[in-house]
Amino acid sequence: MITFENVSKRYLTKHALSDVNVTIPEGKIIGLVGSNGSGKSTFMKMIAGLVGPSEGKVMIDQEPVSRRTANKVAYLSELDAYYSFFSVKETIDFFASQFQDFDVEKANDIVDFMEVDSSQKVKHLSKGNRGRLKIALTLAREVPVILMDEPLSGLDPMVRDSIVKGLLSFIDLEKQTVIITTHEVTEIEPLLETVIAIRNGKVLALEDVETIRERDRMRIVDWLKKMYQEEA
Amino acid sequence: MGEEFNPSKPIYLQLVDRISWEIIKGERKTGEKLPSVREMAIQSGVNPNTVSRTYNELERMEIVETKRGQGTFVTEQKEKLVELREQLKINHIQNFIEEMKQMGFSSEDMIEGIRTYVTNEKENQS
Repeated sequence: MITFENVSKRYLTKHALSDVNVTIPEGKIIGLVGSNGSGKSTFMKMIAGLVGPSEGKVMIDQEPVSRRTANKVAYLSELDAYYSFFSVKETIDFFASQFQDFDVEKANDIVDFMEVDSSQKVKHLSKGNRGRLKIALTLAREVPVILMDEPLSGLDPMVRDSIVKGLLSFIDLEKQTVIITTHEVTEIEPLLETVIAIRNGKVLALEDVETIRERDRMRIVDWLKKMYQEEA
Repeated sequence: MGEEFNPSKPIYLQLVDRISWEIIKGERKTGEKLPSVREMAIQSGVNPNTVSRTYNELERMEIVETKRGQGTFVTEQKEKLVELREQLKINHIQNFIEEMKQMGFSSEDMIEGIRTYVTNEKENQS
């Protein structure tokens, strides 16, 4: 279980997060939604231990986030960060050498499932296939927390579809929690069980998506707009 | 990407409706195995926990049965399916009447309308 206790983060004078208190439920696919610059990436990086809080504590299973908790979290960054001269297979082997929890067989299965040719060099992959490879590398880690920062951004509908199917095929919600940030919320709405709305570094709400449909009769996007208006 | 869902109704209930409908239309037969939770999630692009909830609800309605270690099956109790069919009929009639009322039609108008429609349809077929 991940908890934020009075967490703030300042970059010089800018508040990326201010006084965030939230407990993230386990075994769900959670959408972290908010406009650009709302603090989504900072929120994710804090769970991954890539950014430390200026104040407060981020905990995973009652343990403060640190290098030791890094083995519980797989983080898919917005950016590409691979060696372009490696082939897909070499990249998988490289990841296996870096993470003890990395399941090579699973990585190969996912790459096959998504129909990426593993003998290709990363630099020769299309943007869509690089997106697919990133997903494979993230999901192949046997960790309780999977973070995906904009996994669908800039990819065409076919690639987005195969990424969603890959995600559904290879996660295990009995053991794993997935947090996704995306601007394509409507597209992955049926995938999300819970949403966290974030604005100007503040968490506005954590809500069950089925409840939003039933009670507010709204899509997540419209619900988010409403939350933003109420807060403004 | 998966299928379209109505944003103002829980997806698990929409899946319950959809599967019930498929059973009544005979697309899913008595005793037939439903896809596993994961398969169904992938087919419909829906959260696996939502599919579990759908299966639980169908089980509560006694339309499906879960056999341990084997999966979820459409019930073999025919009377349950007859009941379901009746229920769906009533739901459709309710919706129809509700909308007709909103347009200002009386019960007599509706019955008369249906009678005329059905007669015309029969004539067109013959």
